[in-house]
Amino acid sequence: MIKAILIFNNHGKPRLIRFYQYFAEDMQQQIIRETFHLVSKRDDNVCNFLEGGSLIGGSDYKLIYRHYATLYFVFCVDSSESELGILDLIQVSCSFVFVETLDKCFENVCELDLIFHMDKVHYILQEVVMGGMVLETNMNEIVAQVEVQNRMEKSEGGLSAAPARAVSAVKNMNLPEIPRNINIGDINIKVPSLSPF
Amino acid sequence: MALKIVKGSIDRMFDKNLQDLVRGIRNHKEDEAKYISTCIDEIKQELKQDNIAVKANAVCKLTYLQMLGYDVSWAAFNIVEVMSSSKFTYKRIGYLAASQCFHENTDVIMLTTNQIRKDLSSPNQYDTGVALTGLSCFVTPDLARDLANDIMTLMSHTKPYIRKKAVLIMYKVFLKYPESLRPAFPRLKEKLEDPDPGVQSAAVNVICELARRNPKNYLSLAPLFFKLMTSSTNNWVLIKIIKLFGALTPLEPRLGKKLIEPLTNLIHSTSAMSLLYECVNTVIAVLISLSSGMPNHSASIQLCVQKLRILIEDSDQNLKYLGLLAMSKILKTHPKSVQSHKDLILQCLDDKDESIRLRALDLLYGMVSKKNLMEIVKKLMIHVDKAEGTTYRDELLTKIIDICSQSNYQYITNFEWYISILVELTRLEGTRHGHLIASQMLDVAIRVKAIRVFAVAQMATLLDNAHLLTGNMQRNGICEVLYAAAWICGEFSEHLENPVQTLEAMLRPKVATLPGHIQAVYVQNAAKLFATILKNQEGNTDSTAAQETSQMMIDRLPLFVQSANLEVQERASCILQLVKYIQKLQQKDVEVAEEVSALFAGELNPVAPKAQKKVPVPEGLDLDAWINEPPSESESEDEQPKAIFTKEEPKHSRPRHTEVDEKELARRREARKQEQANNPFYIKASPSSQKVYQEAPGVEHIPVVQIDLSVPLKVPATTPSHPTGLPMSDQYVKLEEERRQKERAEKKKKEKKKRKEKRSGRGKKHDSGPESEEDITPAHVVDIVTEEMPENALPSDDDDKDPNDPHKALDIDLDKPLADSEKLPVRSHRAAGAPKSSAEDGEAENATPQEPKKKSSKEKRDKKKDKERDRKRSKEEKKKKKHKHEEKEEDLLGGQAEEPVVQSEETKEVEAQPTSTSAEVSDLDFWLSNAPVPSNTQEAATVAEAAPAPEAPAGTAADSEPEEPKDTETEESKSSKHKKKKQKKEKEEKEKKKKKKHHHHHHHSDGGGEESVQNGTVEEEEPLPPMSNYCLLAENSYIKMMMEDADQVCDIQGNLQDGSQVVVSVIFENKSDSFLKSMEFNVLDSLNSKLQRPEGSGPHDGLTVPFQLPPGVSNEARFVFTVQSIVMPQKLKGTLTFIVKNEDSSTHEKLDFKLHFTCTSYLITTPCYSDAFAKLLESGDLKSSSVRLEGVNMPFHHLLARICFHHHFSVVERIDSCASMYSRSIQGHHVCLLVKTSGQTVSIDAKCDEPTLLGNVLDEIKQTFSQC
Repeated sequence: MIKAILIFNNHGKPRLIRFYQYFAEDMQQQIIRETFHLVSKRDDNVCNFLEGGSLIGGSDYKLIYRHYATLYFVFCVDSSESELGILDLIQVSCSFVFVETLDKCFENVCELDLIFHMDKVHYILQEVVMGGMVLETNMNEIVAQVEVQNRMEKSEGGLSAAPARAVSAVKNMNLPEIPRNINIGDINIKVPSLSPF
Repeated sequence: MALKIVKGSIDRMFDKNLQDLVRGIRNHKEDEAKYISTCIDEIKQELKQDNIAVKANAVCKLTYLQMLGYDVSWAAFNIVEVMSSSKFTYKRIGYLAASQCFHENTDVIMLTTNQIRKDLSSPNQYDTGVALTGLSCFVTPDLARDLANDIMTLMSHTKPYIRKKAVLIMYKVFLKYPESLRPAFPRLKEKLEDPDPGVQSAAVNVICELARRNPKNYLSLAPLFFKLMTSSTNNWVLIKIIKLFGALTPLEPRLGKKLIEPLTNLIHSTSAMSLLYECVNTVIAVLISLSSGMPNHSASIQLCVQKLRILIEDSDQNLKYLGLLAMSKILKTHPKSVQSHKDLILQCLDDKDESIRLRALDLLYGMVSKKNLMEIVKKLMIHVDKAEGTTYRDELLTKIIDICSQSNYQYITNFEWYISILVELTRLEGTRHGHLIASQMLDVAIRVKAIRVFAVAQMATLLDNAHLLTGNMQRNGICEVLYAAAWICGEFSEHLENPVQTLEAMLRPKVATLPGHIQAVYVQNAAKLFATILKNQEGNTDSTAAQETSQMMIDRLPLFVQSANLEVQERASCILQLVKYIQKLQQKDVEVAEEVSALFAGELNPVAPKAQKKVPVPEGLDLDAWINEPPSESESEDEQPKAIFTKEEPKHSRPRHTEVDEKELARRREARKQEQANNPFYIKASPSSQKVYQEAPGVEHIPVVQIDLSVPLKVPATTPSHPTGLPMSDQYVKLEEERRQKERAEKKKKEKKKRKEKRSGRGKKHDSGPESEEDITPAHVVDIVTEEMPENALPSDDDDKDPNDPHKALDIDLDKPLADSEKLPVRSHRAAGAPKSSAEDGEAENATPQEPKKKSSKEKRDKKKDKERDRKRSKEEKKKKKHKHEEKEEDLLGGQAEEPVVQSEETKEVEAQPTSTSAEVSDLDFWLSNAPVPSNTQEAATVAEAAPAPEAPAGTAADSEPEEPKDTETEESKSSKHKKKKQKKEKEEKEKKKKKKHHHHHHHSDGGGEESVQNGTVEEEEPLPPMSNYCLLAENSYIKMMMEDADQVCDIQGNLQDGSQVVVSVIFENKSDSFLKSMEFNVLDSLNSKLQRPEGSGPHDGLTVPFQLPPGVSNEARFVFTVQSIVMPQKLKGTLTFIVKNEDSSTHEKLDFKLHFTCTSYLITTPCYSDAFAKLLESGDLKSSSVRLEGVNMPFHHLLARICFHHHFSVVERIDSCASMYSRSIQGHHVCLLVKTSGQTVSIDAKCDEPTLLGNVLDEIKQTFSQC
């Protein structure tokens, strides 16, 4: 079972949180802080497993994480999950799941995508992990399902229908400050040499 | 009006969307909190609007804010609204928000049941998918119960996308509603062989999760998993299965034997590290399970260790870590094969990665032997000095102590060395583990008697040099060791070389800066020391020395008397008075030493950690019963000061009263001994503890373990010197080596002699190769005193199990055939036949997986099978007769004998026959005993078939597999049958409805009701007439309201204590041709019962019904009521207002109704075991009452079923025409019934702790039966 999936940046700001067991909001934040504290002080060249998160789980639970550019992807899992499998799940080799999926769906994922499209990331994640259990590891399948659902949303006019979008363009112009250029460029995700599945 | 709409939509355009919100937060870095609070205000405004798009947008933003840590539970109701939108976009947003912030205590969850059910059956697979995903995060026991059947139907959905989600969510459903496991399991098992790999993987996932917690119930699936393992190519599935086998092998060693070969093959062939690693892990598990019986698996162990070595040597830190982790598992059973890699592991101790170092430390734990312990610890001590982080250093420290103290100090050959290691450890700066060192010191000193002299000397030095420790002790916990030092010096003061000096050290003014509990020990032990000194000095002729000591005590103690710590103060003042008294006596030249030291005479023996728990509870004692009635409110307030005082009572006190004079003391002691002897709860440490005050301590009968030795105790003459030269422990290492060498030499000599002697006799050769474990002998004659247990301690060792573990409930035998009562609850109110038929579908399909077994009889087994068939046939015939009989009866009753029900019942009964548990088990046996490991499944099948099967009932599982195609055919034909039946039923239903419209029942009318509901409580013999709890509430030309009488209670736990909740489900059916909307449901609250309204609405506001009704449609809403007293039935008046909308006009309409809360509705069906039931009746708290029913013309089991169904009872026990039943009210009243029948008379004797409630319930039961 996966107990939680946390994504936060180098400063510990949450970018996506998904708990598969209920924790009150303040507890959730505490867990994020603790996890960040544990993970951030580790070098990049040490192993990606970590025991000792006291708030979540207990001794049977492990943190498995990867650090990409400005983001940490942390999975809290129990002993029924395969450590390397989850690492693969977070990353590439097995079937290019999580990060790769983001990559494909957003064409080049960067932190900003996550920030502004948290809901979309959630929808993708829902196709990968459900209720704490891995639902699908085949990337093509995941992408296909996500795309169909996005098309459905489009056909319904999306959350903000077309006229509203036009207005939002106007609205942006009327703003005292046009959004600054906040693109921090593409982040190349380096693929560590893990043997492929 | 139009203007308003335009304005509304313009407003909408300027609402922030999620991106705007995020951008805004990023632009307000300085005053983020303020900005967010204005945003939340905006969101609140948006949520008040009617437009669902605006609401969805707002909810989407709330999801983001929730991530930032804002509590958004106040918007729960709005989230439900968005969830129920018909548009996928909004629905998805709603479910996402719900999955992020709903939990079991969210009260609006119960409003979602119907919405979720609707979505689950939506024609759009993504609506279903979204609902399943959401539900997986917030499923509650109620939801699980209500939706289990729907989800089970989805497990056979045509789309694999839905199937896999449905399969996965079943795990959550099982957790919340364990009763669903058995009915759903056959289908889950079926999904293991689903054509879609995703579904297969999901099923494997779920079963692995289930099996991990309760492996023994899933052993019978091993053949199936074995087949999957050899055929699957999906690494995820493989990993899961291999992990599962790892959990199963400890239970069934034969399985392990079968597994080794394919696993070894996988290890050799796979290129995927994750799979390789899991294979190695499972092989290890297999080897562990085999370790007792099978010695010739060394090849496999070597392979594992070799592969792990490759992992550990890899540059990838992850592999290194996992390699070490797996290594530690091998270590437990095959320490030798790991010990050969000691170099590698010690190397890992120097790794830069802390996780890896910690793993390596774990390994060290198992690698020590008597031989290398000192060496390894020495290495660790070097690491301790080098370690930079305190956490790592602390870890090292605990590891050193763990390593040394493991299995009762098994590997320590020289305790002087160990004590000096401990003393060296005290020099660590900033460690948190002072108490750990301290407890080790105490433990060793108490339990190893031979070491006391040495320990006391060391501790005395520690006390003397306390300033070295206390220099920066405020921060760290190292001063805890002084606690141990003081205690040891005091308790074993007879071994002190220079007690006066130590006493002086213990009474230094600086001690006052130590923590209170340590000071207390100082004071107490100073007194012990004092006693010893007196005893020593009294022998001397010169009495001045003794008087000087007394004077010193009198001088120094006042410092402690002034302590702020109560404990210290109390002890100090007692002892001060005592010493003053002693001084007086001394001045009169009275000998006091004897009596003073009597205060502290006797041995203290360690008590085992769980001793208290293991005291058996004597018969007839109820620990939960009040000894005295609990005090009333006011009294407890009076007692408060006392309570505070007791709280502050010292933890470390040892029961020694020194202030009272000796006679009094003796008297009290006597009394206490008496009391203790009679008190079963007092832990008598051992008989010796009762002799505490005898001079010669009777320690001979203290249990003593091992160690017999020839080498005399040798205390090195060197006084421990702190900073200079070699650390003490190192000297010991050297000494030890020398000693061992000597020993070895001696042994060799002896052996040579022996050999010479033996040569003359038989030529038995004994190779004195490398020194083995047993050869190393401890340096001291050591008694290790075992910890003491109370007399006749309970052997139970299951104290480690967590009683709250949700998986405990899932420990269910899955091989037993399904009983009739085990069905998933099915909703049946919906006026159409749909849910019902789906339920039956479920049943039919439940049956199918087992069906083939019946049909798959092979020639070789024909004989027995035929017999079985005959038996079955005769049973079937019997049953048919019964059914005919039954039909007649039901006609009489006016209900419709519904064929399908009968049908399903029949198939069930039949299917239950062939799969008895024993058959299943022997299946497995057969598979396991099939020794040659087949390389592929086909072969497996043929082998199984070809093998002669003398035990005929065995071996069905393997055979049934090839026959699957047939199976599906039968299923198809079945489903077509079903369709026909369904149509038929629908017709019937329509007719019924027509009928229904003619009468107006007001409550509990339905004799032969309109729909069938599965009732969980009844026997198998005869089908029951259908029943329903729904009754007509009110009806007019537009709308019909049906109410299910307040039946369920949602949050039972919460309810049992305080105000209770009752849920009323109301079905609204639109009978007109117009569209009904804006329905408001309102009830005039009474003093006792109140409708629960959302926060912020007034007591007279209505509740909006969360749906609209197009013509001809019905839907169900649930309303929650809070009820104060439940002993009386109630009636509540209410109104439903709604708008009827035609094409051209719309009118307001209203409908009045009366809600009748019967007392029955406050009862919850609660199962009760017969012994608990008997106890309840015996307890005598219950008032009794009885009632007689005349002219009841129905079979007894119908009668029981009726009581069960309508009045929420469950049958405890039934003997012939007599049955006991039980139920419980939501406020915890027990209601017990004894139902007897003779002829047409039924007598019910009832008992309940609330007579009014009982009376009313009985009246209601009477009424139920008078109506039919």
